[in-house]
Formats: sequence, C-alpha cells, structure tokens
Amino acid sequence: MTGLAKSWLGAAIATGFVAFASASAFAQQKELVFGFQCDRTGPTATVGVNLCPGYHDYIDLVNSKGGVEGYKIKVEEVDNEYKVPPAIEAHERFMKDGEVLEGLYGTPQTAALNKKLEEDKVLGTSPGFGTAEAADGKRFPYTFPIAASYWSQAGAALEYAKEKLGGLKGKKIAYIFYDNPAGKEPLPILEDIAKSEGFELRTFAVPPPGVEMGAQVTDIAKRFRPDFVVAHLFGRAPSVAIKELKNNGFPLSKVIAFVWGSAEADIIAAGGFGMAEGYNTIQFAGVGKDFPVLKDIEAMYKAAGKSAPKEMDSTVYYNRGVMIAALHVEAVRNAIKAKGGAKPTGEDVKKGMEQVKDFTLGGLVPPLTLTPADHEGGGWCAIYQVKGGKLVKVKDWFQGYRSVIEKQLQANASKS
Amino acid sequence: MFHREAGVFKTTYAADMALYPLPIARWTVAVLALLFVVIAPLFLIDYYLSILNLIFIAVVGALGLNILVGYTGQISLGHGAFMSVGAYTAANLAVRAGLPFWITLPAGGLMAAVIGIVVGMPSLRIKGLYLAIATLAGQLIIEWTINHVPAISGGAQASIPVPRPNFFGLVLNTQGRLYFFLLFFAVLAIVATLNLMRSRIGRAFIAVRDQDIAAEIIGIDIYRYKLLAFAVSSFYAGVCGVLYTYYLGIANYEQFQLNVSIDFLAMIIIGGLGSVLGSIFGAAFITLLPIVLRLALESFGSLFFSDSELANVISGTRLAVFGGLIIFFLIVEPEGLNRLWRNIRSYFRVWPFSY
Repeated sequence: MTGLAKSWLGAAIATGFVAFASASAFAQQKELVFGFQCDRTGPTATVGVNLCPGYHDYIDLVNSKGGVEGYKIKVEEVDNEYKVPPAIEAHERFMKDGEVLEGLYGTPQTAALNKKLEEDKVLGTSPGFGTAEAADGKRFPYTFPIAASYWSQAGAALEYAKEKLGGLKGKKIAYIFYDNPAGKEPLPILEDIAKSEGFELRTFAVPPPGVEMGAQVTDIAKRFRPDFVVAHLFGRAPSVAIKELKNNGFPLSKVIAFVWGSAEADIIAAGGFGMAEGYNTIQFAGVGKDFPVLKDIEAMYKAAGKSAPKEMDSTVYYNRGVMIAALHVEAVRNAIKAKGGAKPTGEDVKKGMEQVKDFTLGGLVPPLTLTPADHEGGGWCAIYQVKGGKLVKVKDWFQGYRSVIEKQLQANASKS
Repeated sequence: MFHREAGVFKTTYAADMALYPLPIARWTVAVLALLFVVIAPLFLIDYYLSILNLIFIAVVGALGLNILVGYTGQISLGHGAFMSVGAYTAANLAVRAGLPFWITLPAGGLMAAVIGIVVGMPSLRIKGLYLAIATLAGQLIIEWTINHVPAISGGAQASIPVPRPNFFGLVLNTQGRLYFFLLFFAVLAIVATLNLMRSRIGRAFIAVRDQDIAAEIIGIDIYRYKLLAFAVSSFYAGVCGVLYTYYLGIANYEQFQLNVSIDFLAMIIIGGLGSVLGSIFGAAFITLLPIVLRLALESFGSLFFSDSELANVISGTRLAVFGGLIIFFLIVEPEGLNRLWRNIRSYFRVWPFSY
C-alpha cells in the first residue's frame, strides 16, 4: 500500500465516522443532555413501561415551561433490557453526547457502572437499585441512590410492624425473599433489629424465577404462623406471594412488601384490589394522582390536544419516574445557580445533587436531604395500604430504625 | 479475502504449515491489523471503541463455545457459569492476594477449565438434548454456589470490585487503553483457535463431532477428547469472564446468568457453527445489531413520533426486528453468516465468468 493510499483510507474512515458521530451531536448551546436507561422489554419491563413515561413527561413539562434556568433538557433514553453490555454501551453513548447526569436502571448495571461513573465524573442515580452501601457518598462519590435502600426499607417494615403489633418483643416475623443478592441484602439489618428487639426472625428464600413458592408460603402460614410477614420479591413473584398467602388464609394486613412488590400491577396480577385488601406496601415516592405536578402534566397534554397517557394510571411506577426526573432537574438547577447561569459540568451537577433539600413537589418526593456523605437522602419511606380499591397512605414519610442503618453503613465504611 | 490460488506451489514444510498459505490472505491480515491496531484507535472516539471492546470480549467467549459446540458437537448451556468461575477466581486473586492481571487471567481460565471438566463429565454418557439439560444443571449449581458462598462471592451483594489492570505502571482505565488490552487477548484467542483446529487435537474434536463411534474405532480416545473440549472451551469462557471483570472493574453475579449462555449460543449459531470467522461474525452481529437498529429507528422514527412516544416504539420495534432478522439470516443461510460470506466470496471469485 502506498503512503498516499494509506492516508486516503484513513481520511475516508475518519470522515465516515465523524459524519456518523456529528449527526446526533448537534447540541445547541442552551441544551443539557440527560442520559436515561430504562428497561421496557426485559424481565422488569412492567416497571419500565410506566416509570420511563413518567420521567419523560416531567422533563417535557419542565421544557414546556421554558426549561430549567433557561436551559432546555434533552433526554436520551436507552433500553438496556436489564442486560449489562447494552448498559455499558448506553453510558458511553451518553458520554459522547455530553450528558450532565445519568439515570441508571438495574442492579447489575449499577454495579458495572459505579467505577465508570467515578472515572468519567458524571453522577448516576439508582433509586431502588444497586447496593445499600452506595448511600455512603464518600465510598461511592458518583452513585446516588436518592431513595430508600433495601436496608432502610427493612427498617421501615419493622418499624411499621412494631407500630401495628404494639411492640416486637417475643413476636414472630417471617421474611420471604427472592434468593439473589438484592433479596439477601436486608438480612443483616433484620437480624440486628431482631436481636435488639427480641423477636424471632425466620427467613424463607424463594429461588429464581420466583413464581413457585407454595412450599414457602405454606410453611409460613401453617407452620411458623408469624405475627407479621415482610416480603421482598421482584417481577412476577409479588403477585404469586399475594395469591398464595391469601389462599392459605393468611391476613394480608399483616404482610408488608418492599418497593418492587408494591405497584398496582402486582396487585392486579394477583387478582385485583378486592383480593389484596389490607396488603401493605412500602413506597419511596408518593402514590396516587392527587399531586399538583401530575395535574400540570395532565394540563400540558390537554393543551396539546391530547388525553393524558394511560401510564399515569399506574401511579406507583409513573410517580417514581416523575420523582427521578424531578430530582435530576433539581440537581441541575442547583448546579446552574451555583455557576451563575453557566453550563454545568458533571462535577457541578454532582455538587448540585448534594444540595437537594426541602424539595417535596407537593408530597410526591419524600423530604430528602442529600449531602456529600449521604446520597440516600435519609432513607425516607411511606406506607400505603390496599383499601377499598386503591392504595391509601397509612403512614407518612418516616425513617425506620435509622440508627441501626447508620451503624451498618459505618461498619461497612471502615471495612474498605 | 478474494483468494487466487493459481500459481502457488509449496516447496518447503514451513510454507506448507503456514497459517495463511496465500500471499493475498497475508495481505488481508496485514491490512486488518493496520486497521485495528493503528487506524481504529487513532480515529475512533471512545464511544465506538467501547463497542469494539464489547465485541472483543464477546469474540473470546464465542470462540470458546464454538470449540465445544461447533467443532466437537457437544452442546453446553453453562457457558455463562464458566465465565463467572473465571471472573470470581480472578477477582478474588486480584483483591485478596493483590496479584496482577497476567497471573489472575490464566488462573481464572484454568479454574474455569477444571470446573468445565467436572460439568462436562455427563458428556461421556449422554449427548444432544440430554447433555444440554446436564450442563443447564451445571449452570444453575454454579450460580447458586456463587450466590450462597460468601468466601467466593465476597459478601451478600455477590460482587467484588477489582482494581484496573496495571501494565508495567500504566493503569488501563480509559477505553483507548482497554482497547489494546482486549484486542490483544481477542487476537490471541483467534490465532490460538485457528492453530488448535488444524492440529491433531482439533482434528480429533471434529472426528468426535462427525461420528463418535467411528472416531473411537480409528483410535481417538473420545473420553479424553470430549473432556478436553470442555476444558478448552471453559478456559476461553473463564478468560472471557476475567476480561469482562477487568473491563467493568467489578465481578458481579448477575452478569453471568443463563441468558448470557443463551446469548453466546445465539452468537455461534448465527455466525456459523464450527468456524472461527463465524464466531467473530456472530459476536459482532449480536452486539452491533441492537445498536444499529436503535440508531436507524431513532433517525427514521423521529419523522413520525414525538420524543417520548419514540422511546416506547423503538424498544418494541427493535426487539421484533432483531428476532426477525435472526430468523431471516438463518433462513437465507442456515449455516450462518460465515457461510453467507463464503458464498459471496466464491461468487465474486469467478465473476464475471460464473460458468
């Protein structure tokens, strides 16, 4: 090959890729790119199809009101199908397009990207995913759970059980969980509280894919006969658990589910609201349609001559999407303000996220206080119960057994 | 690779044993080397390098599975689990013993090979679907073990963060540096497989695949070679798992589940069973197709849908088109992309005088 031909080849390849790359990189000056990963077609598609529209709708609402501090927001969404390689590809793509922050989706994906986010200096939010230890902002500087971790949910579940039972001394608590790392994560918290409060804790593992749990539920309902059941299940499993517990005659008012077993979809799949009367659910975002921001979104659709999307009816996941979007926007707002209107970088947005405080969006977002040390924001949960065909709030935002969780975080912080 | 064989006369043993006997094949390899070693890293931005990196990792794993399934004719649904064995071995050695990658990488491969022999034992008695189920059991047992033994998994989260590989003081922490790291091992795996398959062992594998009783009669110890095939295949899987671990900076239990085994099977079936080039095609196809489809759908879809609607449309359409294209390619050429490529090549070899 001659030198000339070589340089021609190089130039041809270069122009080809530059043209390819620049097609999507025509970002305006006053535009910020948000990377958002989602699962609309994978094993947790039931979550994604309702959560992601919530995210987009809130961003559209912000843009329709002139954007955030004069900047329009452009959301780039990638459906990672709950697989790791597409999540890596998605992150690199967002970086190429100059994202200022990223919404992660999925526990293995969060684990895979933790280090990358730190190296690239872009924050990633992982509400309800990833490890509870990520609440420690010193060890995980660019990972933001921004919602109650499984540890905090375990604390909340037991706090609620204690309130209902009037003390936990000598009581029996069953913990039924999906047998994967996420399912096992709350165990140290539960065991710790069992020791200090003096109740009997027994654990029941449900092997993947979690649709067969007749043995475990019969064991719980007929043999162990607990005073309260804490359920930590995913995907199809929560609906199966509701059905099985009901069939075994166990009162659902003594069952409390973690955040991924607490949506309308789970209750409907179990046989409807009438069937699941009394079922308690932990939530990290407000449930229902009675929030001003949701009215604004409806009004936005109305102004465009469209009816509100059907995803809004699935309020548990939709509202979580709105909450994630709202916190993203809030972090960026703080960052732009701190820079006096200049375009923020990933690091600025991280600092902005660490200043989020007193931002509740009319009750949809819990009273989080994010700090450089606490990326979980305090681990706030609310309890909603199935009552008369809908989810009704029975306990407002609270932090269950916060001291136990803080102790656990400290123990892990000194470990590494 | 438009070969012209005429006028090639081998006069030495060295020429006869060359990996690429034809000058034009050597030229193509040289051009490809130039493209991947010099031009790609010079001109490509990180995003495209990251895609290539994912393909390189997949190539190593696909080659390993192709040795077992394509060349030796033993089916395995446990490839993902062997990857996890390699990944956790390397992660534990790297974190607890502080060993560098050039020790943990072969160690991960060897450990996977040992486990692979154990899981491969049923292949001595059963084949086909029965073996598929036996290896599926292997996959589930390994998954369960990693999930439940904290000594392996490093705690309840079953994930071990590993430091970035350190190459004589150079920390491989950017896509560009990892590109060369992964390219090296992908090329090593390709060359090793090409050579393995034309050696005595490779020919024995092929004989076992084609008819194991006949192979035994002509003097091939089929027990030994079946287990060897499992060992070699698992070694590749283990190395693939280690590369993945170093690439991500973490060994995580959920990255190596059953769907990964199935993805790799899909790669080699689409690429072409029993061919090295097919493994590369398959790995590239399965990795690239969703990305290309999304880019295409985004460009065309924005003409018809608003941005927030588009997200939903893309996901669904992409999945359907992805499945449809796999079926299409397999109908057009059941022997995979490699055969398709060879058909195209032989057409143009005699073009325009096709008769």
